[in-house]
Amino acid sequence: MTQRKLGRGVAIVGAGMSKFGAFPDKTSRDLFVEAFKEMRASIDKGFDPEIIETLYLGNYSSDLFEKQGHTAPIMADAVGLTPRPATRVEDACASGGVALRLGVLAVASGMYDVVLVGGVERMTKLPTAEVTDTLGSAGDTLYETPAGFTFPGFYAAMATAYMHRYGMTPEHLMSVAIKNHANGALNPKAQFGVSIPDWMEQRVQAALKKGKPAPTWKSISDFLHDDAANPMIAYPLRLFDCSPITDGAACLLLVAAERAREFTDQPIHIIGVGQASDAALHYRADLTTLRAARVAVQDAYAMAGVTARDIRIAEVHDCFTIAEVIATEDMEFFAPGTGFKMAQEGVTARDGAKPINTSGGLKSKGHPVGASGVAQTIEIWKQMRGEAGARQVKGDIPLALTHNVGGTGQTAVVHIYERKG
Amino acid sequence: MDLARHWRLKDQRYRLEGTVCAECGAKFFPPRQVCTECKSTNLKPHEFAGRGELYSFTTVSAPPSGHEEFVPYIVGMVKLDEGPLVEAQITDVNPADVKIGQRVEMVTRKLRAYGDDGVIVYGYKFRPIVNGS
Repeated sequence: MTQRKLGRGVAIVGAGMSKFGAFPDKTSRDLFVEAFKEMRASIDKGFDPEIIETLYLGNYSSDLFEKQGHTAPIMADAVGLTPRPATRVEDACASGGVALRLGVLAVASGMYDVVLVGGVERMTKLPTAEVTDTLGSAGDTLYETPAGFTFPGFYAAMATAYMHRYGMTPEHLMSVAIKNHANGALNPKAQFGVSIPDWMEQRVQAALKKGKPAPTWKSISDFLHDDAANPMIAYPLRLFDCSPITDGAACLLLVAAERAREFTDQPIHIIGVGQASDAALHYRADLTTLRAARVAVQDAYAMAGVTARDIRIAEVHDCFTIAEVIATEDMEFFAPGTGFKMAQEGVTARDGAKPINTSGGLKSKGHPVGASGVAQTIEIWKQMRGEAGARQVKGDIPLALTHNVGGTGQTAVVHIYERKG
Repeated sequence: MDLARHWRLKDQRYRLEGTVCAECGAKFFPPRQVCTECKSTNLKPHEFAGRGELYSFTTVSAPPSGHEEFVPYIVGMVKLDEGPLVEAQITDVNPADVKIGQRVEMVTRKLRAYGDDGVIVYGYKFRPIVNGS
């Protein structure tokens, strides 16, 4: 492992996001402007947007989702940044996290003092089958998708390999969904911000209102095993094991650490970054871990000079429930083959020893793929500053982590955050 | 994907032709042109025997376009006897009978049809080996 270091300190001084959901009347620029306005309002001491020097924008596929390429200058123009450089970053679902990393490098290099990092995706305009095809193209389109693999299919194959090796059951995965919906229920920005018990109650009430026979689930488990309410997508993954299709945008303002106090007395410092790549699934030896995530986090821990034990909370890439289980092991929070037990025992709950995805995660908050990596950081920003409202984790949060994955783990990017003083 | 791209991959789709590194002997499917083990660029075609065991699988209920007629279908990762993993559909078996670790062999089957003319693309799938190994 090479120990790398940043040329100088980098801090987050502003953060904002659009509501996540399905918005037929909004374009991606509407969503981006919404996020930018909230970011601007979040800067405690105010600022003049004229001082922004460049934009890095995470966006997976506006070309296929919206028939609009060359998205970065469009977003820069929408918020009045032209003629400053605007760069689109594409690493599938890690586009946002990688955009953040490039923003960090740009500040750390000394070239820029003030950098806007954004992410946006407008996905719900396409029919679901075409969204499936578009997401599938983040895999190998010569050998994986022609076999009939879908994105849920890839992660389902990881899940069956994991179940076979470690004795996990689909019920363990359900505990991840139950937790993330419970968290998302407290996040006003979440697309499906409803706990599963409340979801069940809403379904019962809707049936009664229509004069139809009400479902008779006796428990959450009953509901989650109901093939009509929670259909199988790719065994063992059901609908509630999958993140939704989402429209949304997110924005962060990064500055040189030495200038952070011009903007706020509560900056959040980025002290560790790591990124790695990997081949498609057929070239891997083990489907129960993502090598890229392990390499990325080792680099990030080494740079930050911290270990997994020091991390108080984390937002990890739960595009599917199995992905969260594997992520909590890849981040070294738990030993291989034990992450599913930790989820079931409540260790990763908001009041547990290692709260994971307090925002609701991609699962409940929503997954506008190019924006997700940036939105993860917004949750960390809110939690570390004590601004997470009803879902605020109790106690001090000196160190936190985000883990953002592209495709089936061909890209992984990790950031480590510190609240100083 | 257009038909021409499938045709260009006919050696892979019909015969499981990958590559072998002439320097270190590492075998690859899909074929690589640079050896990821020793970084040699001296690789030769290598035809795999088409037998192996099931490493992992799933049953797809929500298919990508072009695969609707097969739903629900089983896709898996097959670990070939020579080492590489292949992603392919598992056929001629009830989903309930699929087991990780079972022996499978390659067969040539319809992958999908294209367009109004229904042009068929064929390629490899794998089925359980009933007798022998």
